[in-house]
Order: sequence, then C-alpha cells, then structure tokens
Amino acid sequence: MSTATTDELMDLDEALARFDPVMGLEVHVELGTSTKMFCSCPTEFGAEPNTQVCPTCLGLPGALPVVNAVAVESAIRIGLALNCSIAEWCRFARKNYFYPDMPKNFQTSQYDEPIAYDGYLDVEVEGRSFRIGIERAHMEEDTGKSTHVGGATGRIHGADYSLVDYNRAGIPLIEIVTKPIVGVPGHLAPAVARAYVAELRELIVALGVSEARMERGQMRCDVNLSLKPAGAEKFGTRSETKNVNSLRSVERAARFEIQRHAAVLASGGTIVQETRHFHEDKGTTTSGRVKEEAEDYRYFPEPDLVPVAPSREWVEQLRATLPELPGARRKRLAQDWAISDFDMQSVVNAGALDVIEATVAAGSDPASARKWWLGELARTANERAVELAELPITPAHVARIVELVSAGELSDKLARQVIEGVLAGEGDPDAVVAKRGLKVVSDDGALLTAIDEAIAANPAVAEKIRGGNHKAAGVIVGAVMKATRVSRAFRLRATPAVPSAGWPPAGTERVRPRSGP
Amino acid sequence: MTDLTKRTAAETAAAIANGEVSAVEVAEAHLDRIAKVDDRINAFLHVDAEGALAAARAVDAKRAAGEKLGPLAGVPLALKDLFTTRGIPTTCGSKILEGWLPPYDATVTRRLREADVVILGKSNMDEFAMGSSTENSAYGPTRNPWDLDRIPGGSGGGSAAALASFQAPLAIGTDTGGSIRQPGAVTGTVGVKPTYGGVSRYGMVAFSSSLDQGGPCARTVLDAALLHEAIAGYDMLDSTSIDAPVPAVVEAAKLGATQGIKGLRVGVVKQFAGEGYQAGVVQRFQESVELLRALGAEIVEIDCPSFDFALPAYYLIAPSECSSNLARFDAMRYGLRVGDDGAHSAEEVTALTREAGFGAEVKRRIMLGTYALSSGYYDAYYGQAQKVRTLIIRDFEAAFTQVDVLVSPTTPTTAFKIGERADDPMAMYLADLCTIPTNLAGNAGMSLPCGLAPEDGLPVGLQILAPAMADDRLYRVGAALEAALLEQWGRPILDLAPAL
Ligand SMILES: [Zn+2]
Repeated sequence: MSTATTDELMDLDEALARFDPVMGLEVHVELGTSTKMFCSCPTEFGAEPNTQVCPTCLGLPGALPVVNAVAVESAIRIGLALNCSIAEWCRFARKNYFYPDMPKNFQTSQYDEPIAYDGYLDVEVEGRSFRIGIERAHMEEDTGKSTHVGGATGRIHGADYSLVDYNRAGIPLIEIVTKPIVGVPGHLAPAVARAYVAELRELIVALGVSEARMERGQMRCDVNLSLKPAGAEKFGTRSETKNVNSLRSVERAARFEIQRHAAVLASGGTIVQETRHFHEDKGTTTSGRVKEEAEDYRYFPEPDLVPVAPSREWVEQLRATLPELPGARRKRLAQDWAISDFDMQSVVNAGALDVIEATVAAGSDPASARKWWLGELARTANERAVELAELPITPAHVARIVELVSAGELSDKLARQVIEGVLAGEGDPDAVVAKRGLKVVSDDGALLTAIDEAIAANPAVAEKIRGGNHKAAGVIVGAVMKATRVSRAFRLRATPAVPSAGWPPAGTERVRPRSGP
Repeated sequence: MTDLTKRTAAETAAAIANGEVSAVEVAEAHLDRIAKVDDRINAFLHVDAEGALAAARAVDAKRAAGEKLGPLAGVPLALKDLFTTRGIPTTCGSKILEGWLPPYDATVTRRLREADVVILGKSNMDEFAMGSSTENSAYGPTRNPWDLDRIPGGSGGGSAAALASFQAPLAIGTDTGGSIRQPGAVTGTVGVKPTYGGVSRYGMVAFSSSLDQGGPCARTVLDAALLHEAIAGYDMLDSTSIDAPVPAVVEAAKLGATQGIKGLRVGVVKQFAGEGYQAGVVQRFQESVELLRALGAEIVEIDCPSFDFALPAYYLIAPSECSSNLARFDAMRYGLRVGDDGAHSAEEVTALTREAGFGAEVKRRIMLGTYALSSGYYDAYYGQAQKVRTLIIRDFEAAFTQVDVLVSPTTPTTAFKIGERADDPMAMYLADLCTIPTNLAGNAGMSLPCGLAPEDGLPVGLQILAPAMADDRLYRVGAALEAALLEQWGRPILDLAPAL
C-alpha cells in the first residue's frame, strides 16, 4: 500500500509567521535491566528470535507477571532526575487492544496513576534556556517485534506473511510525556524538540538506566504537533508522528509537520487527527491510521499485580544517590574549562563531553583536549560513522599526545601522525613515536651542522636567500631534512639556534617545509 | 478386600505408608473405576493413566527405599482442567485450547507432584470456569452421580462428580463465584475456597483474576485440609499470593472433630434466606444451625445489607476481567486456528478463531465485560461495582467483629436438571447468590454436606465463611459439624447415593 500522496508544504518562515506550533513529545526508553519487566527472561539485544521468552512474556494461559524491582527503581530515579513527584501509591493498568505482536492482547502499563508526574527538564538552544514541562513518566512493557515480509511498505497490510519475535516482548519501558510545549519562538521549536530529546537521552545515560541508543530502538520518540493561529489560545488538531528515531529526525519531523499543517490550514482545510509515519530518507511524514474516534483501550487496574507503593525513605535514598545530572555537569565543566555555553553546546553536540572530561582528568589541559577531540578525532569518527568513544584511541592516549606536544617533543603536525598511528592500531602514542621515528629534532648542534653543510653545498641558493629571496629556502630545508631524516615537521625553538650563516632572518621562529621528506 | 476407591485420602495415604496396599494398586483401582463409570458421568476430559501409574510407581519406590512419605503420597486426584500440566492437554473446557500441550506446570500442579499426589487426569468444567452447571463445557456436560439427569454444579462439576462417584478421593477446583462450593453442595462433597492469595494462581488459567482462587475438594473435611496444606503457601510467581504462614488447617480439622466448638460464635446471614430458597434446603440448613447450637456454639443473626448487591457487582467485575484475560486467545501462538488459508488477514483469523472457539456463555461475558469497561461506561459499571465490593468487605469486617464464622446455605436449591436453566442465564446466575460475596471480599469459605432435601433426596450444602487468613476456622467448624452429622446418619452421606 503505497498511496502516499505528496503533501503541500508552506514555506517554513511563512508558516511560523502565521501560526504558533504546539508540540508534545512522548519518549519511550527501554530500560537496561538484565531481566524483563514482569518475568526473569534476559533482555540482551540481538539474540536469536524467540529464544528469550517464557510463559509470562509469551502470554501463555495461566502465566502471571511479577514486577521487576530494578525497573521500578529506574523509573523513580528518572522521575527524580526530571524533577517529578513520585507517587506514594500507584498501580499498573491494562491497556486492551489486539495486535499480533502483543502476546496478551493487552499491554501492562500505567494509566491514571503514573509512578512519576509533574516535573520539568531545562534545555538550551542557541544560548537560550527553555523549561519543558513533564506531564508524567510511567512504566510499561514493550511489545514483540513484527517483521512483515513481502508487500511494498513493510507494513502489515499487503504483506505476504509476518514474523513475530517475542524477545522484545516484556522489556521494561519508561514512557516520558511532556506537557504541551508552548511559548517557544516558532523558528526554534524544531530545535527545542531535538534539544529536549538529546537532553533526556543524556540524562538517561547519566543515570545509567539505559544506553538509550536510538538506532537500536532503545529510545523512540513520538512527535505530536498542532498549530494555532499566531497569538491564539485554543490548540489546533494534532498529528502524532510515530517512531521518530534519531535526534535529527525529531527536528525534521517537527519542521515538516509545521509546514504541512500550515499549508492545510492556510488553504482552508482541516487537520485530521491521525498517526503519521516518518520517513527517514526524505524527512517527510505520511498518513497512517486515521483516528476517527479516540481509541478505546478499556483501561482498568491490573488485577494480577499489587500496587507499587515506594516508601518515602526509599525515594529519598534514591534522590540522595542521583549522579550529577547533565545540565549541572555541563555548567560545572564549562566553568572549569573556561568556555562559553555556546562552546559547550558544540562539545555536547559532538558527543565529546565524556572523552574530553576523561582526557582532562588524564592530565591534558582543557583547550588541547577539546581541540583534538573536536578536530582531528571528530572528523575521523564522522568518516567512520562511529561515536567518539568507539574510536580505538583513549582519553589517556590523547592526554599523552598533548603532553608530548607541550613538552615540545611533538609538533601539531607530528601529533596528527601519532594519532593516525594509534587509530591504525600501531600501539600507544609512545610506541607510534618510536616506530615511526616521529621526533622533533631539538638537538640544535646536529641541526646546525646539517644546515651549515646544506648551505655550503648550495652556495648559489644561499646567495639568493641572502639577497632577500626567502622562497629559495625550500631547497636548503629539503637538504637539511634529508640529512637529519626528520619527517614532515620540526621546530626550532630558540633564537640562539640562528645559524652562523645568518639564516633564517631574525624574527622567523618556525620553518615549514612545503613537502615531505 | 475393601474397595480402595471408597476410602478417604487420609486412609489411603496411611494404607500406602504402612504397606497395606501399593500406590500402584490404588491408582489402578481408580483407573478401573474411571473406566467403569466415567462414560456415564463425564467427569474427566483427559485421563493420564500412564502418568498416574508412573507417579504411583515412584511413590512405591520411595517407600521401598525407606524414604519418608508425605501425608498424601500415592493418593489419586482429579485436577481441574484450568491448571496447566506440562505435556498434558489443558483445555479449560474450551474448543479454543483443544490440543494445547502446556510447556509448564502450574504452581498447584507442581506442589501436587512434590507431595507425591497421583494426578489421574483433568476434570471437566464449564468453559473457562464460566457457569454453574458444567453444561458450558465444550466437551459435553458432567452428570451428577446422585441423578444422572441433573447437573453436578459448576464450574467445577467434573471435580465434584469425580469425588461423588468414587473416581478420585481428592480433586482440585477453582472458585471465582462459587465454582468449588456450589458443586460440592449439590454432589454431597466438601469444597473449600481458601483466602484469596492463599493458593498460587500461577498456571491457573485466569477467568477473573481478582476473584479466582484454587482450592481443595474432597469427601471429608480432613481430606480437604490435607490437600489444602499441600497446595497452599506463598509463591513468588504470583504477586497476589500472601507471604505468610498457611493457616494450620489440618490441625484445625483434627481439633474440630475431637474437641468440638464450644463457645464459638456463629453468625447466620440474614440476607441468605427468603424467596428462591428451596424448602428442603432451608430445613436442612436450619437443622444444622440447631446442631451447631447443640454443640455449644452461640448463634447470632447478622445483617449484611450490601450482600444484596453482590450478584450484580460480580457480573460486572468478572466479565470485565474476563474480557481482558481471554483476549490472548487469538490463534497466534497456541490453540485453535481457523481461517489460516492465505485468504484471510491476521485480524480475520483471530476473529474467525474466537467465533468458532468460544462458547455462547464465554462470548456473552466477553461482550458484557467489553461494554462495562468502555470509556464513558467505566465509572457507571466497573467503577460502581468496585465500590460495592468495598461495601461488602466492610459488611464482612463488621460481621467478624461479632462472630467467628458466618453460615448460610451454600446454594439456594439442590441440583437442577440438565437443560433446565440453560436458556435462562439469570436463573443460572442465582445459583451463586450465597457464594459470591466471599469472592468479592477475598475471604475464605467452605461447603460441606448437611443432609438430603426431603422433597428430592438430593444433597444440601452448608456454607461456612471465615475472615481472610482464618481458613483454619472453616475446618474447625466443618470437622465438628461433620462428626456430629456422621453420628446422626450413621454413615457418610455418599453411601446414600445410587450405585453406579
Ligand atoms: Zn519471559
């Protein structure tokens, strides 16, 4: 079924001039517990289909759920980190609907009694801070995973057959729902949506409750969006774009929906309340299921589970052991490193906070650590499409390189070669330096002798230089390098090292050959 | 040699333990009895002769090896088909589970095996325990051994009939609104609904999760107590199971039989009388109350006004929970699958399977429950019913400040004829009038035979109710009354049943 029609879009600036966006974000996070939400099946990613299942998570007749205490603890910690109130008493509820990948045909979730509610998360965009209200965070179980084989869309309609893997069924999820996000300047709204998801991800990772890897579906986002005429009070009809699974996509989906809604509304049309599918490749959304009437999930309290009533002592204990949260940590590090919020933003965006902090801890100065991780290494990570932390170079390596540079034993150019060597698996920085013979020649005596010899061997060139033609120096430099077998770069450190022949001219500190040895 | 099938469980266990008979002989005697009579009774949906004999041989081997045997080792039992049994068919009386072989044992099943109880097979029941006559079984009704034209009660008619026809001395039932007690009453046997959470529900296929409770069925109070202790106790696989010591029911049964109930305060529930109660039932009940008084009990009338609302509340809560519990029967993972011919979508296959696989009563309750939970109706139906539930709990609490136990007829009438109420669900539902409040409140109840109604010669049941986790009181009172009645009658009531 590929009847996706092309939607009319309004120019973004025009759309934002005429309408105010109202956003709501629903984020599902798979908790990193070692067992499932209601049974003791393992949760490891990537196992053979249907090998991590039991009567409970398969929904076999007679099987019963038992709540995973670690998941409850994780939920409370997330709630606390999001400045939420923690329920003194809450229950699970059954959300009833039929779907083949849901073993019991109801999802054990929470309805009107979430474990955490009424909090907020501050995010920064372009140096401005926005407070995103958190409606609730509740616990639930994941469904199985369907693969629809055959058919054009990969969706159930039109498929020849479907395969269901229940390994994922029953994995603990926390669903975090924002309050309607209003009052954000329209042009920043998509970026704020992205920043919120990014900040939430950071927070989840900092809490250690999930790896929150979006590409693995460990964190999934639904973007709800509506427009209202600029300045109006009443919210418009919203669309719900499901499974927007990267930070970039969150921003793109929000932007696309703003433009689409605006075009519909401007042409006198009405927005249909519906779920929409996001298309990663084109950055567009298409209509999914139309919600003609609100779906009736027939929620009722889950009779197979007793209420969850976290004692206040426990909650306070958990509060006391919360790690430093990303926002506070960024503020502290920005101060320590003497950088602006804006610069900190680029560090965060590059995913370099942890590695830079570790590099500084290993002895590097903050500026150098930042320079290497955001420069050379970010480029490599980008080329290899991996995270910085996944590069085969450690913060300790980088710190050592910084140390060698500041000790004058490596130039920047040489340092880059050392990094290249480490990344190529040639060993730690010292090993690479030794193997490749990368050393700044600081033995001025040997160098001066070589220079003298080179000048003597090229009297005509020397004459040109003396006559003011400094470009001719390359020949002498080449000869010196050949003689000293020094590679790409070297450094003359002090004025006393001016050769007796009166070269280079006073005031010139560095000589850089144009080409290699 | 005496008929091994006529013995009580306690006697059989003792005979096996002292070597008078082997467990295999006992099992064979019961399997023979099943072969002889069950084509007329239809108490069993599946007889596991091989498994039963293997279990019996294991008991004999243990004894031969000098190992100490448990109090029910080698005693045969009929297990209600609502409990999962690894590798043995479990249908819940429904076509939708025909042929399903569970990959796991229910906790009750496991505990029975651990107690060396010999499971003869799976007993018949109303489909998914929904019914009061066992007529709703997809595999044909069970017949009452007292009169083959009559119902054996339900939903656990198979278990009760197996006891009454001497096919097994013990059985397991489940009681959501009276499914242990009402069949016990109309077959002249003993049935106990333990305190909710007293016996694990893990592996007991859910009808109404907040009401369902597995429990023992037997021919004597002591046998029921022995079975109760074998299956009860905390289970970490059932979150609603109670983490506390099991009430000392065996000791209570022994004390009741030997030391009586002098000084016990017994409440007669005012609401369980009047229109709809059969004269012979009322007569036997009143005689039993007088007998209790004669045994030294103090009799008090107790008013429980909210009990009048128990039946309607039950018929909102139970169907609501069942509509959700039974959603899993979708043809995707196990059981029946209809219409999987490449021409139907998954959704259609689910619909066709449920259409073909569920019986009329199950469908009726699924629809009732779906409606009651619908948005806009939830507060008026499910929400309101839960409030009634709270009021009933309060009535019980108030009652138990005045008395130690409550008594009533178990069910308003004796066994009715097969087919008599089949087309009148409301009349059928009335059979559980006296038993339902206990399920709503989660406390404990027992039914034991208290005579035959003069007008039809059929068994009448007396119900005893006790507070939650005071199950031992049921056994104390039940055993005392049983002993006094036995003295009056001169023989067990089942000796009066027609021979099969
Ligand atoms: Zn599992």
